[in-house]
Amino acid sequence: MTKQPENTAEGQGWLNALFRSRETSLVLLIAVLTAVTTTLNPRFLSPQSLKDLMLNVSIIALLVLGQTVIILMRQIDLSISSIVGITAFLSGTLFINHPGISGYVVIAIAVLTGLLLGAVNAALIAWGKIPALITTLGTLYIFRGANYAWVHGRQVNAVNVPGSFLAIGTSTVAGVPILTWIVLILLILFSIGLRQYRAGREYYAIGSNPNAAVLAGINVSRRIAIGFIISGAIAGLAGALWLARFGTVDATAAEGIELTVITSTVVGGVAITGGVGTVVGAVLGALLLSVFSSTLVFLRVPSFWQQAFQGAMLLVAIAADAYLAYRHALRSRVKWSHV
Amino acid sequence: MSEGQSSTRRLVRRVSWETILALLLVLALVGGAVLNKDFLTAENWANLLANFTEIALMALPLSLIVITNEIDLSVASILGLSSSLLGALWQYKLAMPLVLVTCLVAGALCGWLNGFLIVRFRLPSLAVTIGTLALFRGFAYIILGDKAIADFPSEYAEFGIGVVPNTFIPTPFVLFIVLALIFWILLHHTTIGRRIYAIGGNPTAARFSGINLNRLKLLLYVASGLISALAGIVYTFRFSSSRADNGTGFELSAIAAVFLGGVTVQGGKGTVTGVVLSLLLIGIINNMLTLADVASEILRIVTGSLLIVSVLLPNLIAKTRESWRLMRRQREIARLGSAS
Repeated sequence: MTKQPENTAEGQGWLNALFRSRETSLVLLIAVLTAVTTTLNPRFLSPQSLKDLMLNVSIIALLVLGQTVIILMRQIDLSISSIVGITAFLSGTLFINHPGISGYVVIAIAVLTGLLLGAVNAALIAWGKIPALITTLGTLYIFRGANYAWVHGRQVNAVNVPGSFLAIGTSTVAGVPILTWIVLILLILFSIGLRQYRAGREYYAIGSNPNAAVLAGINVSRRIAIGFIISGAIAGLAGALWLARFGTVDATAAEGIELTVITSTVVGGVAITGGVGTVVGAVLGALLLSVFSSTLVFLRVPSFWQQAFQGAMLLVAIAADAYLAYRHALRSRVKWSHV
Repeated sequence: MSEGQSSTRRLVRRVSWETILALLLVLALVGGAVLNKDFLTAENWANLLANFTEIALMALPLSLIVITNEIDLSVASILGLSSSLLGALWQYKLAMPLVLVTCLVAGALCGWLNGFLIVRFRLPSLAVTIGTLALFRGFAYIILGDKAIADFPSEYAEFGIGVVPNTFIPTPFVLFIVLALIFWILLHHTTIGRRIYAIGGNPTAARFSGINLNRLKLLLYVASGLISALAGIVYTFRFSSSRADNGTGFELSAIAAVFLGGVTVQGGKGTVTGVVLSLLLIGIINNMLTLADVASEILRIVTGSLLIVSVLLPNLIAKTRESWRLMRRQREIARLGSAS
């Protein structure tokens, strides 16, 4: 073996480091996409379309935070879209039935409802030992079915919702919508929590190697349960904000967005096999997806193409993750042979 | 005394999941007949069987895939793609046999793509088929948009809604009966079947015993795509309607049927008989709810709950058996201790 991997590694060191960081490549991709679309259609960077972009990505980005925690543990939560649907309609109904109710109370009730629905998932997964895929596929339909039965063809309209609450989805502070500020603050909290705190590191540990996590004394069931409760609570918050953003809510609200959220998270570098990824990357993934779909709209591609592109992006992202993991394994094997 | 007790326990331990399903099925049949006088009519049974033909077709290859410890969430999207393709090609005035073959080939290709990504790149099947669930449904929308195509030739539409002469069996259901027999023979009476169990039971041991895991899994995904496309054809002719959103959410019912049929999440276990029984059970439950004028959203809740219960129940049974065994062992230890 006269191979000298160190040399090549040194030569491409900074390049490797740059490309190994998913965040950097995502930012680059977003920049390239924006540049190309702006040259083709300068209105792409107008203040109005930038604000629309931020608003469009905010709720997805919020849900991505919860999904990251879940996927880090090698689990999956498909039921979030149904929880968003229920809590969005619940928030609207609260405003209709209790005129003058404070927006904070409505948000608190929505979060609590989401948390309870998340707790149903948590109980079935952590103590019923049902795989997360089965559980949340089931509750995706159960929650949505319950929502349909409850809503029964009714609708909440923007006139039923106080203007101060709708302002969350329309007003800006320092040029950035309030909705986006909320997501940014939570992003910082989640980022610090997952990076600096013991509980956060435990999510990574469980996803990297569940058996080792048990041996390291981590209460895996409890951690998984808390993860699904967090995901539910975030979905509850997203439901209240969904009402603030759109004003109109019926039984179909947020149907199907779980695919966008999971795709964003995985495109953002959170490996579906667990243990790898950051919330910042995941939110950048949501931004990339959002910019991409705006690009399609600006380039007049029929909206029917969106779903196929989304599926293709998810496949490319998991293939890329697998390739990077393979390269990493290969490289560390070469290193070991020199020891 | 203790002899009798242990023999009941042995009986309980030996009762197979299929027996439990068969008992539930009898219960549902009796309940249905008592609760509703329309339940046992030939017309209702033609309806009942026709309504779950597509799901039953998709559940057959899916159960084999789940036995090998993989999953395919894209089946309903392949159904939609095949249905859209059927409508679009028919609109281009292609000969119907050619159209049908194209749909089946397209479905097989979809399945091959799933299998190829999973086997060749060793990607998790859950993630791959969530991706292709969006991708294939997206293709369906690209092909047909929000159009609906309905003017199919009458002989094909009749195939969709007709029954086998002098029986209540819908014509498309014959496809299911034939395929169920083929899958039963394949899984329980051929080496391929033994290999499928071996892969699910212990993949490493299966590889060392010389089984070509990759080829077999790829084959199963191709079969799943092909049969999902067939289900798409059946669906299109049954409703004389080709739309991009046909069969959305059917993967839930198919997966529920597989797990309720006794195929375990950990793989390596399950029988075709069990899956067929659970399909009948789900069909009867849905039919009874429809006869009782229960709204379709409640059907969603019931299907979702069935999926969860079908996994939760075996888990609980296994847990109970485990604690029984522990109790028995403890009692034995105590007896031995007192004897010495």
